[in-house]
Amino acid sequence: MTLPLDDDPKLAEYAHPEKLVTTAWLAEHLGRPGLAVVESDEDVLLWDTGHVVGSVKVDWHTELNDEVTRDYVDGEGFAALMSRKGISREDTVVIYGDKNNWWAAYALWVFTLFGHPDVRLLDGGRAKWAAEGRELTTDAPAPAPAQYPVVERSDAAVRAFKDDVLAHLGGKLIDVRSPQEYTGERTHMPDYPEEGTVRGGHIPGADSVPWARAAAEDGTFKPRAELEAIYQQEKGLDPSDDVIAYCRIGERSSHTWFVLSALLGFATVRNYDGSWTEWGNSVRVPIVRGAERGEVPAR
Amino acid sequence: MTAGTDDLTAGLPPALAEIVEDFNALAVADRLQLLLEFSQGLPPLPARLEGHPELMEKVEECQSPVFVDVEVDEQEKAHLHFSAPREAPTTRGFAGILAEGLEGLSAQEVLAVPGDVGSRLGLDQAVSPLRMRGLAGMLARVKRQIRVATASA
Repeated sequence: MTLPLDDDPKLAEYAHPEKLVTTAWLAEHLGRPGLAVVESDEDVLLWDTGHVVGSVKVDWHTELNDEVTRDYVDGEGFAALMSRKGISREDTVVIYGDKNNWWAAYALWVFTLFGHPDVRLLDGGRAKWAAEGRELTTDAPAPAPAQYPVVERSDAAVRAFKDDVLAHLGGKLIDVRSPQEYTGERTHMPDYPEEGTVRGGHIPGADSVPWARAAAEDGTFKPRAELEAIYQQEKGLDPSDDVIAYCRIGERSSHTWFVLSALLGFATVRNYDGSWTEWGNSVRVPIVRGAERGEVPAR
Repeated sequence: MTAGTDDLTAGLPPALAEIVEDFNALAVADRLQLLLEFSQGLPPLPARLEGHPELMEKVEECQSPVFVDVEVDEQEKAHLHFSAPREAPTTRGFAGILAEGLEGLSAQEVLAVPGDVGSRLGLDQAVSPLRMRGLAGMLARVKRQIRVATASA
């Protein structure tokens, strides 16, 4: 059972307004049958300190990733997770989170790998909900286990692996990390040294568009015209381009993946989740240092 | 297969050993709740440090802005002060564990705390090993500040 779309005028301008809801829409529809609300944060305990009434926590470290292999859970694992969280395949899933929805966008991207039919992001995320003084509770819901079918993950459409990126060299690549990470001045984000790499720089030909350029002050996405000005007019991308986005571990690039595919309607956008923690540690892959996009090596 | 409590607390000062025992006595899911309690119990900063992160050391290993300051008094006892945002309860929880487990120990006792104390809390499964590195980073900075303070004393 699918819930009605949010007819907010700002959302209506986006290519796929059905992929987003506003905080007002969520407040109005909370508790409706067929709505599942998921919080996905960087901090594993943040949900426990207070969350949207009825929401369940989905943690990317401990629940979306395989425990052993650097990969996501498989079809059975995802079905078991959804069942535990009380989410059925027919539910409208609304995901929100901290840090400008980085992890929420990441979770939405993983839901997309499993083809969950109706999954939407809360524009502005947890911060906007809280800033508006909307209710947060520490009551933990005890969802009845749901029936969720085992659907095998389908990576090809939205996920790029290292070999895909090597084959894509010369094509459109977006590096969404900070300028210092792009130039190679820094091999990790200021606050994240544990995700460092042995080499700094960027993938040859990649253009630098830090993810935060897509976000407004209040954590919502900028209106469509402003996004077009950045990605299309300034960077010269076209919605028909085949684009791969990457960052450090794939979470900030999920945010940009969402902007390009859901908000601007790019048909072919893949997230390279191996990102710099794979590329910058790999042997004999080409790397460019400095502010220029650099030469793509001949193959 | 779990290590005996004796192994888990070997070499730990009493308050920290008790915290490790408390965590390991709980089921994995309940350990997160205990971490949340430590997060809520983190003492406020003393007045001289409140609102002055520049007087404290930033813990780069943490994913959120966390600051630590260690005082060593005339009796060579260590007093730990941490600042971490409410939006980062896991990090606050780690800070709360160290604040409670190390407060008032001698400089030598703090320096002798094993660097792997985080892994003894039994939180790897509930929190993920990657996130646990923040605690090791905090402990390393506490020790470094103590070394500096005692060297110049």
